[in-house]
Amino acid sequence: MRAKDLALIALFTALMCVLGLAPRIQLPLLPAPFTTQTLGVMLAGGILGWKRGTLSMLLFVLLVAIGAPVLVGGLGGFGMLLGPTGGFIWAYPLGALVTGLLVERWWIRLNAVSAFIACFVGGALAVYVIGQPWLIVASAKLTLAQGWWSWVVYLPGDILKAVVAALVIITVKRAYPLITPRVDRPFTDDPAAGHPTGDQPGLKTLGGDPRL
Amino acid sequence: MLSLHVPGHSLVHRLPAGAKLLTILVFGTFAFFVDSLVVLGSCVGVVAAAYLVARVPPARAWQLLRGVLAMVALIVLAQGFLGDWTTAAQVGLRVLAVVLLANLVTLTTAQTALVDAVVWAAGPLRRVGVDPDRIGLMIALVFRFIPVIAEEASKVREAHAARGVRPGLFGLGVSYLAPLVIRTLRMADGLGEALEVRGVGTRPAPPDRPAKVPF
Repeated sequence: MRAKDLALIALFTALMCVLGLAPRIQLPLLPAPFTTQTLGVMLAGGILGWKRGTLSMLLFVLLVAIGAPVLVGGLGGFGMLLGPTGGFIWAYPLGALVTGLLVERWWIRLNAVSAFIACFVGGALAVYVIGQPWLIVASAKLTLAQGWWSWVVYLPGDILKAVVAALVIITVKRAYPLITPRVDRPFTDDPAAGHPTGDQPGLKTLGGDPRL
Repeated sequence: MLSLHVPGHSLVHRLPAGAKLLTILVFGTFAFFVDSLVVLGSCVGVVAAAYLVARVPPARAWQLLRGVLAMVALIVLAQGFLGDWTTAAQVGLRVLAVVLLANLVTLTTAQTALVDAVVWAAGPLRRVGVDPDRIGLMIALVFRFIPVIAEEASKVREAHAARGVRPGLFGLGVSYLAPLVIRTLRMADGLGEALEVRGVGTRPAPPDRPAKVPF
């Protein structure tokens, strides 16, 4: 891990904490609040890539655990992680991992739609896969059949967040790309290996040597 | 304020941080497997007594508990109407006991002590190539940079105000978050260099050609 990577991970975690300064919106009838922080989960994976994004979110969970008031509404501490909505916070690293892997896979031809799908699958669905069972089964002792529907209420907010995150990821990709695309062929500096994007088929037909 | 810690000298304050974290773990596991209302009720009582021993200001304890209490109430109601009220009471007492204890540790333990405990607990990770001290460094870096990034955020807002921009809900993404993210990434360049010259992180692979000697 290079020093630059460490700096990116730490600063993105700090950005995540700043996102937590936004006011907490508690939806009626539902235990988990609507937060801007899952936006940070999507951005971490989509901008830093899966590895740095996941590490950044792990660092964030660690900060919550040691009692830094970094969650939305100035909350924090081990109690939040063990409380009924703790599963949603534990799931942040997984969310960044999934978003990051998808964005890296689609990086070369990433557009608003594919970025949106990556953000939604990672930042919303993956987070619910852990958060909902924790909330419903472990905390409330209900069966999943009795409570699975409750995430539908979050759907509009999550779609909105995924759209915003996707637009930001596209903009940042143009201005400040950090991700090296995951392609079938490993990237080399050797021009004979051809261009990793595969955008220059002519090079390959000429034996891969651009000088020919 | 970046810590929820309330300084003090009580017995609870003086316990080592690692022991307190271990207590949460053991207590949480215990509460998870106990169903008796009497035992769960006395668990809440014991933790409440510990609050009195620690002499935590009630206002600070309430501030932490408030966020969780609404969720607990909703869960108890949901369980009561969808299931039965005995289970609802068990669920409510269990969550309350565990969250109260965890909050007590947060309130009575200095953040530095908790960081040290985390670094110590991460010791075995050395075998898989993780430097535990680096975790402590990363935590310190985040705390150092939260105010810096918050200031960058207000700069972006001021830039909007100065130009009379009122971004809508979607516009917020591109015109507010994107500049903030890019400013953060730029800052990481400088911070990365600063860390590298101080010997943090692995060095980049040496170039194929040896560097030219300037003399």
